[in-house]
Amino acid sequence: MVDALNWIGGGFIVAGALLSILGAAGVLRFPDVYTRIHAASLTDTGGATLMLFGMGLLGPFGLITLKLFLVWGFVMLTSPAASNALANAAYSSGHRPRIGNFQIVGDDEPEPSSKGAP
Amino acid sequence: MTAPILDANFALNVALLLMLVVLAFAVVRTRSLLAAILLLTVFSLVSATWLMVMDAADVAFTEAVVGAGISTIVALGAILLTRGEVVRVNWKRQVVPGLLAVIVGGMLIYAVSALPDFGDPASPANSHVGRSYLETTKHDIGAPNVVTAVLGSYRGFDTLGETVVIFAACIGVALMLGFGPRATLAPAVDTLGDHHVVLRVVAKLLIPLIILFALYVQFHGDLGAGGGFQAGVIMAVAIILHALVFGLRDTMAAVPARVARTVAVLGVVLYAGVGIVCIANGGGFLDYDYLFTPQVEAMIPPGLLGDPDHVHHWGQHFGILFIELGVLMTVAATMVTIFYGFAGRTVDAIEARART
Amino acid sequence: MLIGAGVAGLVVAMSLMIVRAIMGPSHYDRILAANSFGTKTVLLLALMGYLFGRPAFLDIALVYALINFVTTIALMKFFRYRSLARPLTAAAGENRADG
Repeated sequence: MVDALNWIGGGFIVAGALLSILGAAGVLRFPDVYTRIHAASLTDTGGATLMLFGMGLLGPFGLITLKLFLVWGFVMLTSPAASNALANAAYSSGHRPRIGNFQIVGDDEPEPSSKGAP
Repeated sequence: MTAPILDANFALNVALLLMLVVLAFAVVRTRSLLAAILLLTVFSLVSATWLMVMDAADVAFTEAVVGAGISTIVALGAILLTRGEVVRVNWKRQVVPGLLAVIVGGMLIYAVSALPDFGDPASPANSHVGRSYLETTKHDIGAPNVVTAVLGSYRGFDTLGETVVIFAACIGVALMLGFGPRATLAPAVDTLGDHHVVLRVVAKLLIPLIILFALYVQFHGDLGAGGGFQAGVIMAVAIILHALVFGLRDTMAAVPARVARTVAVLGVVLYAGVGIVCIANGGGFLDYDYLFTPQVEAMIPPGLLGDPDHVHHWGQHFGILFIELGVLMTVAATMVTIFYGFAGRTVDAIEARART
Repeated sequence: MLIGAGVAGLVVAMSLMIVRAIMGPSHYDRILAANSFGTKTVLLLALMGYLFGRPAFLDIALVYALINFVTTIALMKFFRYRSLARPLTAAAGENRADG
């Protein structure tokens, strides 16, 4: 029984790590600040949830489970708020999302026809 | 819980150190000061992780909190009035400093090769005084965290010196930058025109939680990782969060600059006062065994700590408690004073002060 | 072993974030990368607590989860508004009314 819990917990941890890698790859490859914010914040909180749940399954139950729950609570509270504030600041400073077709390679060059209108 | 095999540990160390090297190069080469500060934050985080890999919990704690927390905020305050970009220097003027850096770095690497292995029990650091501290802490002090025992009790005088140094930094910053903007000179309570409702609600939720957590870290210093320094910095971060979201004026109404300075003084007085009480009761300076007179110790119910054998540790426990409290007060007040000194500087405030 | 795989995955993700922090054309990219890096560090610290068998590391993860937020807000406020002192919230009257 404990062995099964270890394996399941380990599986959740690996799934969380995989989600984080996907998010980081998204932050590297997406063309615009807003899409990158989307990738980073989604996968951060999702990956954190999976990982912390997996760690909760693994370890001794008790104070450690409570602390893991608190870490999860703080990450869920602060990470979306920070992303919101960042997107708000980016938008209010005039940064507009890129709309239209774009190439992923060379994503930071200005596109001739697809700057979005506010 | 599995133990790491040798290869995995080595790979982790190499990966973290590579990240440090890459970050260091990026900090040196970047043109924007904000990017440099940001990359230094990430550098501190990787350092904290690497310190954890080396099993130094207290140091990693301090590095994460100070290096990646308060250092960033104070550095941002420092570049408030400067240009945001680094001035490019002609490469010919960089040759001699570069050569100097390479020579000194080479000498350091050569010296490192002569150091004992990591964690070697026969090394000088681990065999004489270090080993004796590990062996006698349980009997002398009874605190599970040996780091706090050494910091607070065996080398308490050193820690008093550190606290006084931090206090001197507080005085220095307060003298040079002014005592923070007085209420009349503080920026008017106009907002920045945007709607940050989410931030306001989350900040209202978080500020008391962070302060509570600072107190947890403070009082659990002798059980786990933590202590007065980390707790002081965390508490200052909570006050800084209030200032960031609600404006410096509101924060200075809640925690005035004068109160911060007084608390810093009281922290040092508390620390030194504990030492003097020990002298008054017949022991040496900061010798906590003499903190309580025998009459006071007889009044403490012996079952309070769990078993009667621990009664002779009361002096140590209370001594460490009081000095950690002193450290908390001084460190928190110093960080708040430094933040007030930096954050209140805007071009308008300086011009206003120059006009009056 | 699975924990080791989790640690390796997180280290890879952190390296990719560093690339974005160095490369990001605008400062918002860099602030985003730093915030995300901080969250991944929190997870890595908690994982290493399990790997090395020391539950005390969870305290460090907990503290940094809170401090990461404050650092991100400070960086964002500095870059966007160039001031650390002015309040971020809506009108002052509204602020005072609900305490």
